[in-house]
Amino acid sequence: MSIASTTQQICFLVLSATTVVGSLGVVLLPNIVYSAFLLGGVFLSVAGLYLLLNASFVAAAQILVYVGAVNVLILFAIMLVNKQETLAAIPGLLVRRLLSGAVCAGLFALLLRVAFTTTWALPGPTPVGEEATIRIGEHLFTDYLLPFELASVLLLMAMIGAIVLARRDVFSTDVITGEPADQGLIEKERTPLLIETSAPAPTLLSKP
Amino acid sequence: MSTDLASPIPLEAFLSVAAMLFCVGVWGLINSRNAVRVLMSIELMLNAVNINLMAFSNYLDGQLIRGQVFAIFVITVAAAEAAVGLAILLSLYRNRETVDMERFNLLRW
Repeated sequence: MSIASTTQQICFLVLSATTVVGSLGVVLLPNIVYSAFLLGGVFLSVAGLYLLLNASFVAAAQILVYVGAVNVLILFAIMLVNKQETLAAIPGLLVRRLLSGAVCAGLFALLLRVAFTTTWALPGPTPVGEEATIRIGEHLFTDYLLPFELASVLLLMAMIGAIVLARRDVFSTDVITGEPADQGLIEKERTPLLIETSAPAPTLLSKP
Repeated sequence: MSTDLASPIPLEAFLSVAAMLFCVGVWGLINSRNAVRVLMSIELMLNAVNINLMAFSNYLDGQLIRGQVFAIFVITVAAAEAAVGLAILLSLYRNRETVDMERFNLLRW
């Protein structure tokens, strides 16, 4: 990376502060829409951290996949399930939060201890810098070819699975009688989530 | 010019940020009442792991950047997980009409 070292440090401080504060906001904010947008900010600053680590390709992939796909997907899910509900109070909620906070603080202390007491083999080999994309391509088509192909199969499976799981039942009416023709429409009457469309205009065929 | 051996940022700084992000993710995973927020916490944890992989890839494995390749696979799996998780959430919401994690207790002992 050909930026001056002070600039790198300032960038690192700003990006890490954004990451940590944004993640705290994701977890703690009561409004989940704000959480989703803050999550996009966290993803962007993590992409900035990748740029500081000489990984421009993965930073671009991070922005494309996380900010462009996952975050938008989460926003869509929030819009689809955005029913204002008052959550029932749970006894001992505060105790549980404090307890889990203590556990997470302990985990954080443990991770910090491991990170600071281990003697890393520094300085390692010289980073390849801008050639990283070439190296990644070589890896993906030589020694990581099988995981690469498996990833494509995994994405296909995830796509089919998501479609099967989230599919709304296709409702159609019998052309002749106008009666509901499948189970989906019968189910529609007792599931209020499905959008109540206005009654479909009678087509020419159904009105002899 | 692009290869100054002593990077101005220590490796431990990246590891600390990743640890903080991971712990916040774990806390959110345990304490969220909203199922969508649980999925967001999982994404935070996956990002923390990715930061670790990228940091090690840059500092300790600078020639064969295997950490970056692994991070790409983690991103792929995370995308698949988000899609399937949100689909499960939608069908769950359709059946139970809530996103409260405390009420998804069908499999509780």
